[in-house]
Amino acid sequence: MSVKLNTRKVGDVTVVDVSGKITLGEGSSALRDVLRDLTAQGAKKVLLNLSDVSYIDSSGIGELVSGFTSVANAGGTLKLLGLTKRVKDLLQITKLYTVFDVHEEEAHAIRSFV
Amino acid sequence: MTDTETVETGAKVLLDRQYPSTLESVDHAEAEILRAAGEAGFDEDERHRIGMAVRECMVNAVVHGNRYNRNKQVRVSAEAGEGRFTIRITDQGEGFEVHEVPDPLHETNLLRHSGRGLFLMGAFMDDVKVRKAGPDGSAMPGTEVTLIKNLTPRDGAAENE
Repeated sequence: MSVKLNTRKVGDVTVVDVSGKITLGEGSSALRDVLRDLTAQGAKKVLLNLSDVSYIDSSGIGELVSGFTSVANAGGTLKLLGLTKRVKDLLQITKLYTVFDVHEEEAHAIRSFV
Repeated sequence: MTDTETVETGAKVLLDRQYPSTLESVDHAEAEILRAAGEAGFDEDERHRIGMAVRECMVNAVVHGNRYNRNKQVRVSAEAGEGRFTIRITDQGEGFEVHEVPDPLHETNLLRHSGRGLFLMGAFMDDVKVRKAGPDGSAMPGTEVTLIKNLTPRDGAAENE
């Protein structure tokens, strides 16, 4: 498996720890499935922890965007935590960095949800 | 053609291989190009950019070009010479018009799920050229994408051998 996803609750925030590669195939579909399930379960505050993501391609970016919009359409918020330099660069190149609410520290990210 | 043959232009051929139209081929081609880019002297950051460009191009060739058709191949070649590291990726699909690809940075497209591959190739390489591989009017002309990264004086280990 190119990616591992672990979901945990911190208060009323659902944190998804992602590690590995989010690329076309297993990686992107696994992330899509987790975000779809969380949306179906009514999760309104979702924090994607990407600090252990080594690689993301355009398919992975697509899943981040789709997750962001699907959670928002359900009345919730999806935020990002712990971008590596390469992932941050990729989001900046694609002009998505300012679309997402990005945090470096988990505690700060948790508090930012209202 | 072997991996080390030198063509008439003086460029050193580092890779020339056919891949089946599978997602596994995307990983294999990226790994082979990373090896070739290492031979050409690129550092880790540049190899990462080159690898990402090749990944995006291979995905387009396998998924959109050849549509996972196992009877179709994707040809990948790489050579270093004349100050450039040149990669060519050719599929056997219907082809597409570059000017019809939506700008992924346009505000109306920012939140689209897909459509960033060609843009990322341009962002990570110094030049990207797209042309029909076969004659105009044929049903499946295929697409040849040329990805070019300039070799800096510090690079070019393979070129100067």
